[in-house]
Amino acid sequence: MGLLSKKDANLILDPLADNNPITIQVLGICSALAITAELQASVVMSISVLFVLGVGNVVISLLRNVIPSKIRIIVQLIVVATLVIVVDQVLKAFAYELSKTLAVFVGLIITNCIIMGRFEAFALGNGPWKSFLDGIGNALGYGVILIIVGFFRELLGSGTLFGIPVLGDPIAKTGLYATGYENNGFMIIPPAALIVVGIIIWVQRSRNKALIEEA
Amino acid sequence: MAINTDKNSYTVIFAAVMVVIVGSLLAFLASGLRPRIDENERFEKQQNILYAMGVNQNEGAGSVSFIPTDVVEGEFSKYIKQQLVVVGSETKEREEAYLIDMKKQLNIIKNGDEAELPLFVGEKDGKKSYIIPMYGKGLWDAIWGYISLDENMVVQGVVFDHKGETPGLGANIKLRYFMDDFTGESILDGNRYAGISVVKGNNDPLNNDKEDNEVDALAGATITGNGVTAMIKETLKLYKPYLETIRTK
Repeated sequence: MGLLSKKDANLILDPLADNNPITIQVLGICSALAITAELQASVVMSISVLFVLGVGNVVISLLRNVIPSKIRIIVQLIVVATLVIVVDQVLKAFAYELSKTLAVFVGLIITNCIIMGRFEAFALGNGPWKSFLDGIGNALGYGVILIIVGFFRELLGSGTLFGIPVLGDPIAKTGLYATGYENNGFMIIPPAALIVVGIIIWVQRSRNKALIEEA
Repeated sequence: MAINTDKNSYTVIFAAVMVVIVGSLLAFLASGLRPRIDENERFEKQQNILYAMGVNQNEGAGSVSFIPTDVVEGEFSKYIKQQLVVVGSETKEREEAYLIDMKKQLNIIKNGDEAELPLFVGEKDGKKSYIIPMYGKGLWDAIWGYISLDENMVVQGVVFDHKGETPGLGANIKLRYFMDDFTGESILDGNRYAGISVVKGNNDPLNNDKEDNEVDALAGATITGNGVTAMIKETLKLYKPYLETIRTK
């Protein structure tokens, strides 16, 4: 980490593991449930949040000394909504196909509690560069979990990854299906995401006992 | 220079300035990009109409592949022989009928007025297709599409799209494996315009029975599937007077 000081590097690395927004802070669960039935959607959502949180954190941090505290939540909301709409409009004009894939996520990004949470908890009290790193770190931490959940749900639920069959053809009974294996329909409905997230939390806490809260 | 950000007057001024800046930024962006966005939407409609009548670049059982946007206008005028609007029991030719917004027309009908319902007659390899736009409701938001019929009221192809169905579940109505099932199905049950229902556990998952007015549903997307069923039924009801005039069976 020659580029970043140790403190700065931790801003990115912490949210990836020991301070993960989903598994430790339990933020952003709603979108983790909604869109992880497919790996592709998980990746698209992660990239969108990476952009919005990175840029949004910088904007809020630059404005932090002039934002009236009484209306700061509204100001934060306007910044997120503006960013998301700008991206949406630009994509619609120049990358129409991509914009259609993203349309579903626009609402989910604006209301994503990780974004508001980081604005409120970090960007309002820190400089732009630190805020940028914090935004990137948290978005990556969110993305990692989304992709892990998406991977298992798509693989076990549909037998595909990124829409490409990897376990054979379930109807013609080829590949793994020839042995009597069946797709687990439960994996593609939202409760399955909760279970996968739960397992990730379990694994993470049994590897690092310090994360377990006192009862 | 410390500003007292807690003062009411400051708060009001800040809010006002912010609204003006954000508002003009978005307005500027929206009007600047409007022509390009409109063009993209126009191409998309043409691609969808052509897709429904079987003019596309699908290969094997893979993904949906539309006619590329740079040639779609030429192909559209080549394959679409007539653009019509159905008003009550009359049918008129109308240029650019494909730009008519189905949602608006359905609202007009809801208010009890006479709507202009667009319809397209396409011809490919000497075979005619009648392509009808559809508009309905999924689980979260709007769903829409086109259905292409021949004179025997057999489906030549369908295309669906949606605004905000759940990725991986309801959003799959726009994938090949769902849309392809409709092709070859008859929308008639005897003399009745039964449409095509999206049904769970219909004992025909491979969709070999083309006379049962049913296709296999998507797991985990019951409400989106029901929305598709309802959309097809409602649309056929509206177009029935016209379909009666072209039906040969």
